[in-house]
Amino acid sequence: MTATSRSPLIIVVHLSVLLIVALWTLPTAGLLISSLRDKDQLAVSGWWTALSTSAQNMTGRAASPETQVERDGKFVISGNLLERDNARVSAFGVRPMQPAAFKAGTAADIGDGQTLTVAEDGNYEIVSPTKMEGTRGQRIFYTATVPPRFTLDNYREVLSAAGIGSSFINSLTVAVPATIIPILVAAFCAYALAWMPFPGRAILIAVVVGLLVVPLQMSLIPLLRLYNGVGAFLGVPAKTYVGIWLAHMGFGLPLAIYLLRNYMAGLPREIMESARVDGASDFDIFVKIILPLSFPALASFAIFQFLWTWNDLLVAMVFLGTGNDELVLTGRLVNLLGSRGGNWEILTASAFITIVVPLIVFFSLQRYLVRGLLAGSVKGG
Amino acid sequence: MQQLLFAIFTMIGGVLACVVYFFGTNWLLDKLFPSKGLVGAEASRNLRLTNAIRPWLFMAPALCALAIYLVYPVFESVRLSFLDRSGRQFVGFSNYVWMLGDGEFRQSIFNNFLWLLVVPALSTFFGLVIAALTDRIWWGNIAKTLIFMPMAISFVGAAVIWKFVYDYRSEGSEQIGILNAVVVAFGGAPEAWMTIPFWNNFFLMVILIWIQTGFAMVILSAALRGIPEETIEAAVIDGANGVQIFFKIMVPQIWGTIAVVWTTITILVLKVFDIVLAMTNGQWQTQVLANLMFDWMFRGGGDFGRGASIAVVIMILVVPIMIWNIRNATKEMER
Repeated sequence: MTATSRSPLIIVVHLSVLLIVALWTLPTAGLLISSLRDKDQLAVSGWWTALSTSAQNMTGRAASPETQVERDGKFVISGNLLERDNARVSAFGVRPMQPAAFKAGTAADIGDGQTLTVAEDGNYEIVSPTKMEGTRGQRIFYTATVPPRFTLDNYREVLSAAGIGSSFINSLTVAVPATIIPILVAAFCAYALAWMPFPGRAILIAVVVGLLVVPLQMSLIPLLRLYNGVGAFLGVPAKTYVGIWLAHMGFGLPLAIYLLRNYMAGLPREIMESARVDGASDFDIFVKIILPLSFPALASFAIFQFLWTWNDLLVAMVFLGTGNDELVLTGRLVNLLGSRGGNWEILTASAFITIVVPLIVFFSLQRYLVRGLLAGSVKGG
Repeated sequence: MQQLLFAIFTMIGGVLACVVYFFGTNWLLDKLFPSKGLVGAEASRNLRLTNAIRPWLFMAPALCALAIYLVYPVFESVRLSFLDRSGRQFVGFSNYVWMLGDGEFRQSIFNNFLWLLVVPALSTFFGLVIAALTDRIWWGNIAKTLIFMPMAISFVGAAVIWKFVYDYRSEGSEQIGILNAVVVAFGGAPEAWMTIPFWNNFFLMVILIWIQTGFAMVILSAALRGIPEETIEAAVIDGANGVQIFFKIMVPQIWGTIAVVWTTITILVLKVFDIVLAMTNGQWQTQVLANLMFDWMFRGGGDFGRGASIAVVIMILVVPIMIWNIRNATKEMER
């Protein structure tokens, strides 16, 4: 390709990738920005307007005529319409059809010789030459402009009130042991499948590959019955952390063994043979040579398993209780979707807390994640 | 906090137990059948014995866990699908007969097939296109990272993110969901997207495509880079343009990888559960098999027979891919 035909094409490529990236990141960006916004603003305007001053049409009521005071021979009712200090009134009116008939600061004639003035800061004054009657205050429609406001209040609220704080600890409690414990178990098995000749090895590898895709749904009911039976037999609750750790280990093992076996089988044979000549046993070879060499594969698996256990909902819903000390983040989020479906300040902040740990893991350890994916998939083709 | 300490102690305990098991059994094996220091027939007999036993010692914990958590449940689920709701009475095929007549099940099967048609195809296609595009620009890696990012987000978290995108406010009031805001900006009327039967399935699929495209992109990008330069250079010399090179030279060389990506996403689609549960819980005709199965597991105290039979249906749908995977893996090893 020549330079002249190339340049317009490359601009198209740049633009289309930019568009795709924008499409892919906007949903998450919206969530993050919304979770930091003031909850009243979040409820009435889109997150893309977060930086602009928002105008809201509001209705207020002046103080009742009983509070009027006499000043210079006239009767005056005064007060402030705005609930928050940083808002500004831009226009006001007294009829629902004309909510912005008068500019802030001007005096409006509202009949009977009365005038209403609403200042920008929300202070209003109704001046009447005669004493005003009645107990209900004058209705005032006004347009308030609110400057953008960012706050951590939403996070403060969900961490304490919505139970997200304790669920965060529960999720950690599930994910950390469920990630670490299977590693050694899988590594030993993978070594045996990769380098120790024994009859039936090929069949076992085929079984592991088959188990990789067995849907979890097949396991749920039998295991639930098994857990209930064991729980009743031993006199312990059926839904415990130990139960879910073991379950996550069982479900994670096929991938672990498969990834590690592929990696170990790719290590050079000469290393092992020279060690064997020196009189090392299989055990020594594994512990002293293979295990340290396999660190990248172990790290890949650990990341997968951590993301999977942290993000899991199904296993936690079946094998763990729903009490405050057992409900994990994903489960809590589903509950909040049901009970606080309209409170976006709660949902966005909770969701962000749920996804922030995997995102940190993802951005800091992406290299290993990609390597693991490639080892797990490309080989098959 | 206390339970976190408990977790850490159990973790250390678990790892220690593994270490003790592996060291202990290995030491015991060497003690029982010593080969060092001995000569002749006894030494070679012991060596043969230990070499035959040691792999099984290495594999025993993993094989036990696999047997309990994956192999036994497969057979047990099949057995339970022929039993009644409590798993005591044999009822023959009546769970499967019920299934065929149940409208909700047929809806789920239909929706699952829709998912199977749309999600793997679009994810793979987008992944391939994005991989090809990002390989040509200097900030391609940044773009890839951002598109890959949803992979780390849980399905439930993604559901909340997209529920916010699809949020609906009645006509006239300001829309806070970006999709409706765009529709209104172009002069349309806002819609409650989740409640439009049939089409709402596609709005749910968007979420999974959003998550899985990054996966497809990463793997296909690696495959594209593995294509020998010469084939492309030859095509350029022959006067092929960019699109022709992509579809006629590059894509045919990575068919194998495309198939792997496709089947991996297909398996995932069959198990999709969290998204549907969190977004609609199967309302407005969006039910899928995995969610229906979960529903029956606990509905009215739990119907294990029907739940298990739905699980078996999911399993049957997975089996062809499973066989294909095993054959590929075996071929790979023989090579």
